[in-house]
Amino acid sequence: MIETTHMNLRKSGRNKLLGLISLFVFCSAFASGTAPKSDGDSEGHGAVTSESEISEYILHHIKDAHDFHLFSYNDAEGHRKHIGFPLPVIVYTSKGIKTFMSSEFHHDDSGHHVVEKDGVALVKYHEKIYELAQGAHGVEFDEAHHPTNAHAVLDLSITKSVFGMLFVFTLLIFWFRRLALQYRKNSIPKGFSRILEPLVIYVRDEIAKPNIGEKQYRKFIGFLMTVFFFIWTSNLLGLMPFGFNITGQIAVTFSLALFTYIITHFSAKKDYWKHIFWMPGVPIPMKIILAPIELLGTLTKPFALMVRLFANISAGHIVVMSIIAIGITLRNTMGVIGASALSFALSLFITTIELLVAFLQAYIFTMLSALFIGMAVEEHEHH
Amino acid sequence: MTIPNLVGAGLIVIGAGIGLGQIGGKAMEGIARNPEATSKIQTNMIIIAALLEGLAFAAIFLGK
Repeated sequence: MIETTHMNLRKSGRNKLLGLISLFVFCSAFASGTAPKSDGDSEGHGAVTSESEISEYILHHIKDAHDFHLFSYNDAEGHRKHIGFPLPVIVYTSKGIKTFMSSEFHHDDSGHHVVEKDGVALVKYHEKIYELAQGAHGVEFDEAHHPTNAHAVLDLSITKSVFGMLFVFTLLIFWFRRLALQYRKNSIPKGFSRILEPLVIYVRDEIAKPNIGEKQYRKFIGFLMTVFFFIWTSNLLGLMPFGFNITGQIAVTFSLALFTYIITHFSAKKDYWKHIFWMPGVPIPMKIILAPIELLGTLTKPFALMVRLFANISAGHIVVMSIIAIGITLRNTMGVIGASALSFALSLFITTIELLVAFLQAYIFTMLSALFIGMAVEEHEHH
Repeated sequence: MTIPNLVGAGLIVIGAGIGLGQIGGKAMEGIARNPEATSKIQTNMIIIAALLEGLAFAAIFLGK
């Protein structure tokens, strides 16, 4: 009896140690996976070797791009080779929708390479596509950085982040369809679905039911599940090598917050609207004063949702890349090996924290959305 | 990185630090009083910390 418990304890202790070691290796794979990028370059220049190039490099990596640049290396003759693939560009210009591959810009980001499409001249400047006026050969800016001889076009292209979102959609559909289909045969799923099932139950029991209430949570559970897993997967993808920066784009988080806003206000009950426009229990002049203030108050909550997710994720990306760049900035004071070791250790630590932040931000967004929906649909018993 | 920018960033960090310190302190006191409710207190502490961090980050981004 004592022997078997001793063996069981040793086995569980060994499994815990294995789990801890594999978590460590897993996290270090993230950290070192991003490390080679610091020897990469910024679109057409050489490798980043000086401090002044670092901030431009970091910002370039945060921003969206029209092609998917995987990595660069110096080949045998010392030339810079880029490996990547172009993504389709779909713009709505003054002459209709034009579609082409972004390779036609030939990696030009300075607004000089003109692409002619049926009489419309397009250039790309800092990943924004402009339509040139007649006869111009490049975008020119005035002091306030407005383009003088071009105007921006409606850019609907498949950029890197859109491609990332499509990838996330495919992943989520695949995982959850598999999970749902497994319930037809037996009630215990197998494989990766075993990770998803407790999370799905957690979202339903701890986020949706307490906030929205037993009677009505079913209507909103689809939205909450989608938001939770989409944000979590997108955050995790942003941390991986050859990943995408999806939730670090303010347009994406704006859309998510907009969905929350629309859903809360389209399912809001009469009590909710009454509390905004005609607050019961206060004198009439106060009611009229309170109405616009309350109306603005309904906007601040989704706005905070948007900014919170965007700022957390993009600040995290910037911090990780800055710490990797310590290998360059502290090269003189600590020596190459010292600075690299410090940057590796710190980036390992920070990436572990970023993994936590990825889950936490998804949880917070989902929980606050559930809270707002719950506040909008609850039915009071009135005095 | 001008001086007013740095001073503003410092103030933001002070604000966030005080806020998180308060939450953490009260959470610790709560756990000390009632160790059985540790997980509930922890969950709420993390939630409030994330809300506060959101404010701090928003302020930093607005400053830039």
